[in-house]
Amino acid sequence: MACIELQQIAHRYPALPGEASAYAVQPLSQVWQDGGAYALLGPSGCGKTTLLNIISGLLRASAGRVLFDGVDVTGLSTERRNIAQVFQFPVVYDTLSVADNLAFPLRNRGLKSAEIETRVATVLQLLGLEHMARVQARSLNADDKQKISLGRGLVRTDVNAILFDEPLTVIDPHLKWKLRTELKKIHQQFGHTMIYVTHDQTEALTFAERVIVMYEGAVVQIGTPQELFEKPAHTFVGKFIGSPGMNVLPCATDAGNLLLAGKVIGKLPYSASGAGQLELGIRPEYVSLVATAAGNPDSLPAVIAAVEDNGKHFVVRASINDLPISAIVREGTVIPESPRIMLDPAKINLYRNSHLVNA
Amino acid sequence: MKTQNNKAWLMVVPVLLLVALSAIIPLMTVVNYSVQDTFGNNEFFWVGTEWFQEILQSERFHNALLRTLLFSGLILAIEIPLGIAIALAMPRGGVWVSVCLVLMALPLLIPWNVVGTIWQVFGRVDIGLLGHGLASVGIDYNYTQNTFDAWATLIIMDVWHWTSLVVLLCYSGLVAIPEVFYQAARIDGASRWSVFRYIQLPKIKRVLLIAVLLRFMDSFMIYTEPFVVTGGGPGNATTFLSIDLVQMAVGQFDLGPAAAMSLIYFLVILLLCWVFYTVMTSHDNETHEGVHRAGGRP
Amino acid sequence: MNTSRRMQYLKAVSVSAYIVFLLLPIYWLLNMSFKNNQEILSTFTLWPTDFTLDNYITIFTDPSWYSGYINSLIYVLMNTVIAVSVALPAAYAFSRYRFVGDKHLFFWLLTNRMAPPAVFVLPFFQLYSAFGLIDTHIAVALAHCLFNVPLAVWILEGFMSGVPREIDETAYIDGYSFPRFFLRIFTSLISSGIGVAAFFCFMFSWVELLIARTLTVTDAKPISAVMTRTVSASGLDWGVLAAAGILTIIPGALVIYFVRNHIAKGFALGRV
Repeated sequence: MACIELQQIAHRYPALPGEASAYAVQPLSQVWQDGGAYALLGPSGCGKTTLLNIISGLLRASAGRVLFDGVDVTGLSTERRNIAQVFQFPVVYDTLSVADNLAFPLRNRGLKSAEIETRVATVLQLLGLEHMARVQARSLNADDKQKISLGRGLVRTDVNAILFDEPLTVIDPHLKWKLRTELKKIHQQFGHTMIYVTHDQTEALTFAERVIVMYEGAVVQIGTPQELFEKPAHTFVGKFIGSPGMNVLPCATDAGNLLLAGKVIGKLPYSASGAGQLELGIRPEYVSLVATAAGNPDSLPAVIAAVEDNGKHFVVRASINDLPISAIVREGTVIPESPRIMLDPAKINLYRNSHLVNA
Repeated sequence: MKTQNNKAWLMVVPVLLLVALSAIIPLMTVVNYSVQDTFGNNEFFWVGTEWFQEILQSERFHNALLRTLLFSGLILAIEIPLGIAIALAMPRGGVWVSVCLVLMALPLLIPWNVVGTIWQVFGRVDIGLLGHGLASVGIDYNYTQNTFDAWATLIIMDVWHWTSLVVLLCYSGLVAIPEVFYQAARIDGASRWSVFRYIQLPKIKRVLLIAVLLRFMDSFMIYTEPFVVTGGGPGNATTFLSIDLVQMAVGQFDLGPAAAMSLIYFLVILLLCWVFYTVMTSHDNETHEGVHRAGGRP
Repeated sequence: MNTSRRMQYLKAVSVSAYIVFLLLPIYWLLNMSFKNNQEILSTFTLWPTDFTLDNYITIFTDPSWYSGYINSLIYVLMNTVIAVSVALPAAYAFSRYRFVGDKHLFFWLLTNRMAPPAVFVLPFFQLYSAFGLIDTHIAVALAHCLFNVPLAVWILEGFMSGVPREIDETAYIDGYSFPRFFLRIFTSLISSGIGVAAFFCFMFSWVELLIARTLTVTDAKPISAVMTRTVSASGLDWGVLAAAGILTIIPGALVIYFVRNHIAKGFALGRV
C-alpha cells in the first residue's frame, strides 16, 4: 500500500493527421492518500481511464511525474509498480481453472505454493467462488468472470493500490450492489488504496470517501459525496450529480440582493463583485412550491410543464419566465393551481463563469 | 434461434445439383470400378472386395502411404510453429501490415505447377540460385539423384508455398485479441511466454485448428508440385499416394485397383481430419462437462 | 525498455528474413525471364547483364501461348461466378434456418474439400466425355466447383451469421419481398464476405492444374498446362518458361492487392 502522488501530470494522444492534438488529461497534481478509497467520476471520454492507466503504468504520460511513497516511478513498467487493476470487461485466462486464474499473478511473482494456496482459498471464499475453483474460466458467465478479474487483484496483498476501471459495467444490476458492498468491506478489512473509475454517480458516491470529478480532461472538484452534493464547485458537477441535477439559472446581483428573472429573491451573504456571467445553482431538493405569495415574499410565479412520479417523490418540471426549473416534492403533495416557487436561500450557490463564487 | 423451415431445402438445391455433378456421380463411378474388373472392350464383371484386399496388402501402397504420412507430418511440424512465430513477429498496425500481407500471400496464388517449376529451376546446380549457391560452398546437392536432397527440396518448397497461409490465419486471430488482455497480463506480471501460453494460444486456437486441418489435407493430397520437381523420384523416393494413384489410373489404366485405392485414400483423409478435429477440440468438451459436474450454470 | 527494443528489432529482422525467403525464388524466375538462353546456361549472373524482353515478346505474339492465359482466366472467372452464386442461397439457408438434415448436409459439403483431386481425375474425364464437354471452359469451371462450392458456402455462412437476424425481419416488416431484400440489402451487408469467397474461389481455381489439364486438349488448355507442354517440346526454352511463369503470378498479385483489406476480415472469422 502506498501514497500515490501525481505531479503536473498531463497527457496528449498522438494527433490524427490534420487535427491539433488535444489534452486527454490536462496538467494536474493530486495526492492519493495511503489507504484511501477514491472515485474518479465523469462522463465518457473525460480522461478518467487515461489517468488510471498513467497511474498503473500502462500508459506513459507525456508530461509530469508519478510518485509512490515519494519514490519516482514515472519510468517504471507496470510490472515493477506492483499495482492491481480491474478492467471494464472481464479478463480471464480461458484455459486455466478459476483457482489457477487467481494464482496466476502470484506464480508470476514467484511466491511459494503453500502461500499461494492459502491466499487463493481466502479470495475464493471472499468472492463466493469456492464451489467452482476447478472449473475452467472460459465456461463462466460474465459476472463470475469479472469476479475472477477482481480476485486477481485481491490475492496480491502487497499491492501499492487497486485500480478499478468501471468494473461493474457488465454485471447484472442486482449483483452490482452486492459486489460494491463487498468491495467496500474488503477496503475496510485490508486498507488498500483504491481508485475507482466510473461514470455512475451512485457507484462513486457509495463507494468512495472522496470523489474526484473530471470534465474534459481536467479535475473540476474533489470532495466528499456530501460536498459534491451541497457545494458543487462547478456547474458541471451540479448538473452531473443528482437526479435530476442541480438547477442552474442565470441571475444578477444588485446592492447585496440576488435577482432572479428581474426580481429580488433574497440577500447575498457575501460579496459577488467582478466581471463574468453569473448563475445561481440550487438542488431540486431545496426548491418548494407554495400556493400564494402571502407569507412568502421571495417566491416567484411559475408555470408547471409536467409532474413525474418516480415512486419516492414527485419531480415537478416548471418554468419561471421561461427559465426551466425542477423541484422535488414529497409524494402526495397537492400541486397548487397557480403555484409559486420558493428557493431555500441557504442552499443557493452562486457561480461566475461556471465556477463557484462562495467557495 | 434459427427457425425451422424445410423450404430452406429449395435454397440448397442448386448447390446439391452442382455438387452431385462434380462429386457424387464421379464418386459413384469410382465405387463402381472398385468392385469390378475389365478385360477392355467395355466388359465388366463383379469382383467384390478383391481390389481393396489387393491394395491394402500391396507393399507399393504401404510405402506410398507411409511416405505421404511422413511428408504431412514434417510439413505440419515445420509450418505450424513457423507460421505462429512469424505471425507473432508481424507488426500490429500501420502501412507495413499491408505490405507484409500482400508479399506473404504471393506464393499462395501461384499455379501449383509454376511453384514446381520455380523450385525445379531454383534448385538446379547449373542455373539455379539455390543449387549453384550450395554447390559453390561445397555442398553436394542434387535433388534428382539424392533421396535426402529430393525430400529437403520438396519440404522447403512446401514451407515456402504454404507457411504464409498459417501466418495469415494466426495473424488474423492475434489482431482480434482485445488490448485489455495484454494490459491485464502486464498488471499480473506475466512473462512473454505466459502471455503466449495463456492468452495468445487459447485465443487463436480456432483459426489454428483450421490451419492444421487445411495444411494436413492439402499436404496429404499434394500432387502437382512434387510431380513437376521430382516426378516421384529418385526411384520412388517421393512417390506420394496421389502420384502413385494417377500413375496407376492414367498411366497403367488399372481402373479397378486405382478406384479401390482412391476410396481408401479418401477415407484415410476423412479419418485423419476427424482425429485432428476431435483431439484439438476435446479440451472444449471437457470444459462443458466440468461446468455440469460443478453444478454451474450451463 | 532496452530488451523490448531489442525484441522489436528481432521481430522486424525475422519477418524481413521470411519475406526475403519468399521473394528469392520469385526473383530468380524474374531474373531469368529477362535473360536469353545463352546467358542463362553459360554464365551465372545475379541479374541480367544482357537485358532482353524477347521472352515476353515470344509469348505475346504466339497464340498458343497467350490463348493459354485467356483460357485460364475464362474458366477461373466462370467458376468464381458459378460457385459464389449457388453458394449464396445455400449459405443463407444454413445460417438462418433449421431444416431436415441441415447439419449432415453441411458436413458432407465440407468433406468434398477433403477429396483428393487425383481421385477424381479419371471419373471426371469419363463424365465430361459422356456429355461431350471435354476441352470446354465450362467443364473445368464445373469440375472446380468440387472444392470451391463447399468453400464458398462455408465462408459465406460465417459472414451471414454475423449479420443479426433482426435485419431480415425488419426488412420483411418494411414490405420487402425476399428476393428484393436479398439482392438489395443483404448482399450489400455481406459484400466483404462475397469478396473473400470470390477471392478464394479465384485462387483455388487459378492454381489447380491436375483437373484442368485432364479435361482440356487444346481449345481450353490453361496456361499452366501450356507451360509444361511447351517445355518438353521445344527443348527447354528456359527464358520463355520463366517469362510464362512470371505472367502467371501477375493475376494473383493483382487480386491480392485489391482484396488485401478484406482478407484479414475473412480470416478473422476463422474461415478459409
